[in-house]
Amino acid sequence: MSNVDLSVNLAGVTLKNPVVVASGTFGFGREYGQFYDLSELGGICAKGLTLHRREGNPPPRIAETPMGILNSVGLQNPGVDAFLEEELPFLRQYDLKVIANISGNTPEEYGIMCEKLSAAGVDLIEVNISCPNVKAGGLAYGTRPELAAEVTRVAKAHAGRTPVMVKLSPNVTDITEIARAVEEAGADALSLINTLRGMRIDVNTRRPILKMNTGGLSGPAVLPVAVRMVWEVAQAVKLPILGMGGVSKAEDAAQLMLAGASAVAVGTALFADPYAPIRVRDGLEELCRRQGLSAVSRLTGGVKPW
Amino acid sequence: MPIQQLCTIVEAKRLNEYAYAFTLEVGDMVRRHGLRAGQFLHIQCGHSRLLRRPLSVSLCGADAPQDTASIVFEVRGEGTAWLYRRKAGDTLDVLGPLGNGFRVDREDRLLLVGGGIGVPPLLGQAGFTRGRSTAVLGFRSADRAMLVDRFQEFCQAVFLCSDDGTLGRHGFVDAQLRDVLEKDKNFTAVLACGPKPMLKNVAKVAAEYGVPCQVSLEERMACGVGACLGCAVQMADGTMKHVCKDGPVFDAQEVDWNV
Repeated sequence: MSNVDLSVNLAGVTLKNPVVVASGTFGFGREYGQFYDLSELGGICAKGLTLHRREGNPPPRIAETPMGILNSVGLQNPGVDAFLEEELPFLRQYDLKVIANISGNTPEEYGIMCEKLSAAGVDLIEVNISCPNVKAGGLAYGTRPELAAEVTRVAKAHAGRTPVMVKLSPNVTDITEIARAVEEAGADALSLINTLRGMRIDVNTRRPILKMNTGGLSGPAVLPVAVRMVWEVAQAVKLPILGMGGVSKAEDAAQLMLAGASAVAVGTALFADPYAPIRVRDGLEELCRRQGLSAVSRLTGGVKPW
Repeated sequence: MPIQQLCTIVEAKRLNEYAYAFTLEVGDMVRRHGLRAGQFLHIQCGHSRLLRRPLSVSLCGADAPQDTASIVFEVRGEGTAWLYRRKAGDTLDVLGPLGNGFRVDREDRLLLVGGGIGVPPLLGQAGFTRGRSTAVLGFRSADRAMLVDRFQEFCQAVFLCSDDGTLGRHGFVDAQLRDVLEKDKNFTAVLACGPKPMLKNVAKVAAEYGVPCQVSLEERMACGVGACLGCAVQMADGTMKHVCKDGPVFDAQEVDWNV
């Protein structure tokens, strides 16, 4: 039986397999690196960085929901310089693509971070314009096409040869509108979806579980939303897509790829099973073999809509 | 280094109307991976719930044929409602050892202060310092008491309190703690586990008497390993630490008690 080619191309970056881990669910790799060799992964979207260190939001930050979780971590991170000094060298010991995820308060902050990250040679920069848990920047940039385009232009202008991938929010009426604006502004790839804004209330105390009242929903509950949005965006733009949202098994990843994603990210599923990304990778290989596909990339965009 | 392991329940015991104790076979988690009481295991509670449940280890040992660890839990929600229906012989999907337990030496003379479901994680410390430590255990009412005989077996003295006066002294543990320290301040440390308002009061009393205090904290948790930064606790210096990776045991002095 011939081997399945698992490699995929994302904005000119070759991932040896299509499974990366989603930003904010995997830290900078050290924790899950205790369980397995990080070189098993196609890539890592590192924990979201800001120009300066952030302590994040007050607890509670986590609320479990039916087949999902709400979080309001709020971009707690050590800042881009600490990442470059302490975390990037650690990740470079492994054979995986390093995707740095950044959030700024202003377009200029995105630019400064892109310059630093590009100079340090990260493989890809994921521009987060969709964090629902911070007041400045974050989601505000992701819900207005002209602001999304502006951040994209500034990021591109400062990223040198490093490809820029813009992470889109699902908390919009028409995601294709943002996708097109970002494409026109020069983005090299898109990643979607970020979390959906949600809320859970303790009926006895009448208090929201999260101290921030609302948070971002992730996990299996959001998979169908992600599949639909990847499908819509794939038809609207020519950019390659990193699909994410609720992937916990190979069939979920295959759905996102059929809808149009070139690669997929596994996130929340890690919390139930640290080995989820590896199982998704192995399952995708098995699925391709079963379907007689020589390469996993053949799945991309293969949906046959009615 | 934490591992993922399928663990068999070798004993499932009901401690009172609300609390259950499971003894698990944990492979070589004690001998090889250094599991200690006060650390926690992250346990999957059925496939319809995404998140594992962090449960503190009350006792553990390097046993044959496998190491064992005991966990105690009350039925609080859907996860623990699934868990209490497991029986001896069933297996659980476990991540562990996780977190940092209490920092103790065998020669320590400890003052253990537990409230409710915070009582079990102190049992291992009582056993470790057998015959040297004193325990102050508080429960809401007599019907919620648990493991009292085990503490009496391990400790030099055990003081009981209850919120409603149905067991031991009528009142909170911090008042009892104050009385103990008033007579005898010669303890290596106060170790406390229980609800946060209780811990705040215990920390205050320990500080007044100049005895170092370690507290075991709880927070809503997702990954359990330090990756997601969900289980944050605010520190006195304005930074955030995380129960799963930096704790669950913290120095009482480093915690911000005013949030």
